[in-house]
Amino acid sequence: MSGPATIVDVRGVDVELEGRRILTDVNFNVRAGEFAGLIGSNGAGKTTLLRMMLGLVQPARGEVVWPNNAREQRRVGYVPQKVALDVDVPLRVRDFVALGDDGHRYGLRRRTQQTWDRVQEVLDAVEASDLGERRIGALSGGELQRVLMAHALVSSPELLLLDEPLANLDPGATEDIVTLLARVREREHVAILLSAHDINALLGVMDRVIYIANAHVASGPTDEVVRHDVLSRLYGHHVDVVRVHGRVLVVTGATSEGPVPEHPDLVVE
Amino acid sequence: MHWLFEPGIWSNPAVRTGVGVGMVVAVVSALVGLFTVMRSQSFAGHALADVATAGGAGAGVFGFSPLAGFVVGSLAGASAMEAIGVERVRQRDVATGVVLGGATGLSALFLYLITLNTSNAGSTQSILFGSLFSVSNSSFLVITVVSVAVCLALAALGRPLLFASVSPDAARARGVAVRRVALGYTLLMAVTVGLSAVVIGSVLSTALLIGPPAAALRLGRRLGATLALAAALGVGAVGFGVVASYDSFYWWPSHRALPVSFCVVTLVVVEVVTANVVARVWARRGANARA
Repeated sequence: MSGPATIVDVRGVDVELEGRRILTDVNFNVRAGEFAGLIGSNGAGKTTLLRMMLGLVQPARGEVVWPNNAREQRRVGYVPQKVALDVDVPLRVRDFVALGDDGHRYGLRRRTQQTWDRVQEVLDAVEASDLGERRIGALSGGELQRVLMAHALVSSPELLLLDEPLANLDPGATEDIVTLLARVREREHVAILLSAHDINALLGVMDRVIYIANAHVASGPTDEVVRHDVLSRLYGHHVDVVRVHGRVLVVTGATSEGPVPEHPDLVVE
Repeated sequence: MHWLFEPGIWSNPAVRTGVGVGMVVAVVSALVGLFTVMRSQSFAGHALADVATAGGAGAGVFGFSPLAGFVVGSLAGASAMEAIGVERVRQRDVATGVVLGGATGLSALFLYLITLNTSNAGSTQSILFGSLFSVSNSSFLVITVVSVAVCLALAALGRPLLFASVSPDAARARGVAVRRVALGYTLLMAVTVGLSAVVIGSVLSTALLIGPPAAALRLGRRLGATLALAAALGVGAVGFGVVASYDSFYWWPSHRALPVSFCVVTLVVVEVVTANVVARVWARRGANARA
């Protein structure tokens, strides 16, 4: 079956940190132009999984395959969860964004007009056109999130990894960022893998969910993964999936007995 | 200008050399120190100055060149810190503290051994508080060449160092060898601190490494301008510090000059305080303008 090319293929990966098993037999892939959500509660291993994909954490078993060598050719953008920027950092936003393109190069070659044009292009793409001259340490949380995206996009990556970009944002800002990312995907032709602990903000844009719980991962279209039977197997105990007013509520640790109840998902419309 | 420059100040070769070497060290300390402050490595910078003392004191005991002793001591300390591990801030502080503790013990031993020899009575003062006016022309040349080399290496390391300093995870993901860059930078900082320790003393070299950059960071908006401002503030502190020390000889009937290190450091402190006040005034004006 042909379709969009696979950008990254995670195959049978186990990850251990300081002797503790964080991920077990993880399998999924991300395809060109896809919007994938990496969903799991705090501490489930989402950041570890993203860092493992980037080669910053070594798997104990399995492998991460980049069929087109996107990682080696630096065509993977990454927006980390924490960027501790001191208010006194002497960088304008556009200087910081440009570092995403040439920050790995030694020497002080002067930046070309082409680089500055590209910087402005990605600032436009993330709707931060007017932030270029601002000091990076003086941005609000929402502004910084957009600038971090521009920073990751400036090198024209094939895949953009975002670690909890919606954390600490109010509902309005969350919706803005998700809508913006959907537009960025179209405009920059980039696949997106975004980690979050709440699936609902992403329901309207996700092509695929990668659900992580209990060190295991289930991956596929949202309707096929976010189901009572799949998630109960994943968590290893009974889980209810409640759908109400277009939102999904995953209820873990409920009072139901037994490993995996056989009744269909609870659907409330 | 007689109110500022007492007669004969520039005809004194020791003063001319002292001002020259002081300014060279001030520039390299400011440029390197800007990253020290941005990377929250001020404690490591200060510790390296103390570790350099052990090197300088060791050189005094074993009869080596003080310059070599300070620089080699500082480099050895930096290597030890890196070997112990500096990945996280807490680990970095622990590693720095362990090396600092060991080096301070060595300094105490070497300085004690120096004081046993009465002909070296002035060495302890010189090691701890510098000897700007006793720098020889050959040492001036060596310090200048090494300083230029440090600046060139810093320029070569520039963007990866800046990237790794502001966003280490993103830098790693982009292929920056963050650990190697950190090691390279720490060694540059060690050489700088070693040079600075020879000139204004290991106890006070932290002032040149941290003070002017900290002041410049409060005021600068762009990296190039901030580096230039830090260098200018460092040069200003050293230049006017030397002049103040020389002039102070005529300030009191007792004709005793203030120590040059004291004058330099006092000016550095004045610069930092002034920069903080100016930055606060600017911030308040900005807030009022937005309101």
